[in-house]
Amino acid sequence: MPLTLERRVAPSKLMMFASPVIAIILTLIAGAIILLFLGKDPANGLYVFFVEPLTQAWSLEEILVKTIPLALIAAGLTICFTANVWNIGAEGQFILGAIAGATIPVLLPDLQGPHTLPLMMMLGFMGGMFFALIPALFKVRFGANEILTSLMLVYVAELILDYFVRGPWRDPAGLNFPKTIDFNEWASMPIIGADRLNIGLYIAIAVAFILLFFMGRTFQGFGIKLAGQAPKAAKFAGFSRDKTVYLVLALSGGLAGLAGIIEVAGPINQLRPAISPGYGFTAIIVAFLGRLNPVGALIAAFILSITYIGAENAQIFLKITNKITSVFQGILLFFVLACDTLIYYRLRLKARMNEVRS
Amino acid sequence: MLTVRGITKTFGTLVANDAVNLTIGTGEIHALLGENGAGKSTLVKMLYGALAPNSGEINWQDSPVQITSPAYARKLGIGMVFQHFSLFDALNVAENVALALPKDQSLKEVSRNLSKISREYGLPLDPTAQIADLSVGERQRVEIVRCLLADPKLIIMDEPTSVLTPQEAETLFVTLEKLRDEGRSILYISHKLDEVRALCDTATILRHGKVVAHCDPRETSKAELARLMVGTSVADVKTSTKQQTEAETVLAAKNLSLPTDSQFGTALHNISFSLKAGTIGAIAGIAGNGQNELFSALTGEASLGEASSLEIFGKPSGQTDVNQRRKMGLAFVAEERLGHGAAPNMSMSENVLLTRATISEELRSIFGLKRSSADKIREEICDDFDVRRGSKNPPAGSLSGGNLQKFVIGRELGSKPKIIVINQPTWGVDAGAARHIRQTLIDSAEAGMAVLIISQDLDEIFEVADEIAVLHEGSLSPFVQAATVTRESLGLLMGGEGFEQSNTGVQHATHA
Repeated sequence: MPLTLERRVAPSKLMMFASPVIAIILTLIAGAIILLFLGKDPANGLYVFFVEPLTQAWSLEEILVKTIPLALIAAGLTICFTANVWNIGAEGQFILGAIAGATIPVLLPDLQGPHTLPLMMMLGFMGGMFFALIPALFKVRFGANEILTSLMLVYVAELILDYFVRGPWRDPAGLNFPKTIDFNEWASMPIIGADRLNIGLYIAIAVAFILLFFMGRTFQGFGIKLAGQAPKAAKFAGFSRDKTVYLVLALSGGLAGLAGIIEVAGPINQLRPAISPGYGFTAIIVAFLGRLNPVGALIAAFILSITYIGAENAQIFLKITNKITSVFQGILLFFVLACDTLIYYRLRLKARMNEVRS
Repeated sequence: MLTVRGITKTFGTLVANDAVNLTIGTGEIHALLGENGAGKSTLVKMLYGALAPNSGEINWQDSPVQITSPAYARKLGIGMVFQHFSLFDALNVAENVALALPKDQSLKEVSRNLSKISREYGLPLDPTAQIADLSVGERQRVEIVRCLLADPKLIIMDEPTSVLTPQEAETLFVTLEKLRDEGRSILYISHKLDEVRALCDTATILRHGKVVAHCDPRETSKAELARLMVGTSVADVKTSTKQQTEAETVLAAKNLSLPTDSQFGTALHNISFSLKAGTIGAIAGIAGNGQNELFSALTGEASLGEASSLEIFGKPSGQTDVNQRRKMGLAFVAEERLGHGAAPNMSMSENVLLTRATISEELRSIFGLKRSSADKIREEICDDFDVRRGSKNPPAGSLSGGNLQKFVIGRELGSKPKIIVINQPTWGVDAGAARHIRQTLIDSAEAGMAVLIISQDLDEIFEVADEIAVLHEGSLSPFVQAATVTRESLGLLMGGEGFEQSNTGVQHATHA
């Protein structure tokens, strides 16, 4: 009895919202099966992983801390992906943004005042933007696939950061640890929570709504959507393909860079060799789970950050590796993309068997 | 030879074929008539094994068969010549033919058989010629010969003359009659009534997936056939009688040239013409002779080297972009409705924004695009042009070809342009909608608009145009008054006679 996919007459509105929910449920089922194989009680495991982080004030705050970079990066990626441009290198742009923004507290520690932080954020945005313009230039000029170039540049970014923190920017008083000096008061993100939650949260929320307006109400945003759906129609409406590629990569790179400087000027407060647990890659899942909508990505970012805290919980209470985070994230992306098929197709049981092709 | 009884095929809620009966006798040319969307292609795909019917039976030479694949159809003796050719541009004729044949034949054998068949049926072909260098008519010959090599008893031909000049069509008819005289049957799909009446022995007419009549096309009048196809009688387009002589020239090309951007595109060579306000100019030509290139040169999607090679209201405008031209009072309708003129997955209102957002003030405010105004414009277009749709604001891709074309033309005319350039105004549009569109164009020209249509449909051109020119291999003949040209003289021009040899020489040199 074969299952077949049948194209819907029009995309299903219901499935547009139901698909990420179904994907999350399927991920939980798959998670339960994995826990079963690891010899743990699946019900308790899922509780520790996904519910317990939400029950305590400190872990809720930590979830929000991780929501900030995920939401900011994913907001930019939604726009990139909408234009059918596949920026997979947000992790690298995040790092370059952090380095560019950190030039002020590290190289000009005396530049202190209310202008310090805005200046750092501007530099962070620009750092990420220029790093993303490299794959844009290669794509426009030479037709190089941006998936490969942006991804490979992640490793370049990691090595640049490594060089700075071990080399010229190393804290002279840091006992030879690979790290820069701590950022001064004026160069740190103001705290709005009890411990580490900073005003980056407001910035992430503002960015999400500004981008929602940009995509929904401006002609340029409309052109980006067109470029993704019908490139020839976009040209007919007066949008050059090349300019769109530059614009969306600059924007998503810039926002990844902004996320980078907010992270190092916030919870980390210095540069060190590892400043991200893969936010740039997780944000790809966030963008898709959020329906390629900047505000949807904000919500999805919150959900994905639970998996980070949940994995730490699981490590402590269930004694399983926190690498399980990546496993859950991968499964989730798989199901999100699979469930999206249901927006355009419906599943049908084939009643008759006479359509076998020779 | 072939009988079909009660065959039904549904796609979701759409019934494409509803209990269709069809009988094709041995040695007859059987016409399958119907408008676009009547279900002709669906029926034919089932006969060729590309689709499986939901119910009904097919009898082939008096025994029931289930045609499960095109390969099986070919084995039975059913061959098909598609409307859109499936040939590889970069391979030569023999290689293309060999690809469709069993692997045990050497290329040399294929070439020999191919030459033999092409001589026998009056379809001259050089087995070593590169497909890219062939005209559309020649490519069709390759398809036909490829089909004949399998020695089919029934040949299905999908709108074969839509890409041919009148003279090429005549040659094809001779071949088809020869095939019939050998005892082969032909299922001939068309909506051109004149050629069906001249060529076919019997006809089956489909409307909305149902057979509405079986008849002898020779005994049935053209008006009657049209009425059967459309369901209601189609009125003639009222042509204007006025003579525009003193109007100002609004659009002029001066030695416009455009190199091709792809290996198999057509470069434009020194195209010159001028179009006056209030006139309808038509550019005839067979597909692939530079129509799309000319259209993109006129829209600004392709930038011209010289600003002076295109003048809009006397201003050199060769390097302005599409929206600058729209602001000057131009409007454009692309041939490809889905994906070029409209975005299939976007709503109709969003498709209003596609070309109108930059020129229509009411669509913009300080708070961004005004979607409520877009909705209003959408409703106006749908009322004025009788656009039928499933819901208020469906995706453009869900509209039928005719309704989408009415919507797109309504969108462009709604901006009150002074010049409109239309590539294939009624291609794939049903007769009722086509009449409406043509009448609108004539009325707009009467009101002072300059209309330039690029069309492959001579009937359409003679119906609406004041002046006619022919595009051939990227060169344009001078415009002449429509009243002074005949179908035959246009046909010769479309075939390239009367064009300077140097141009075609350049053309071949760029391909080589």
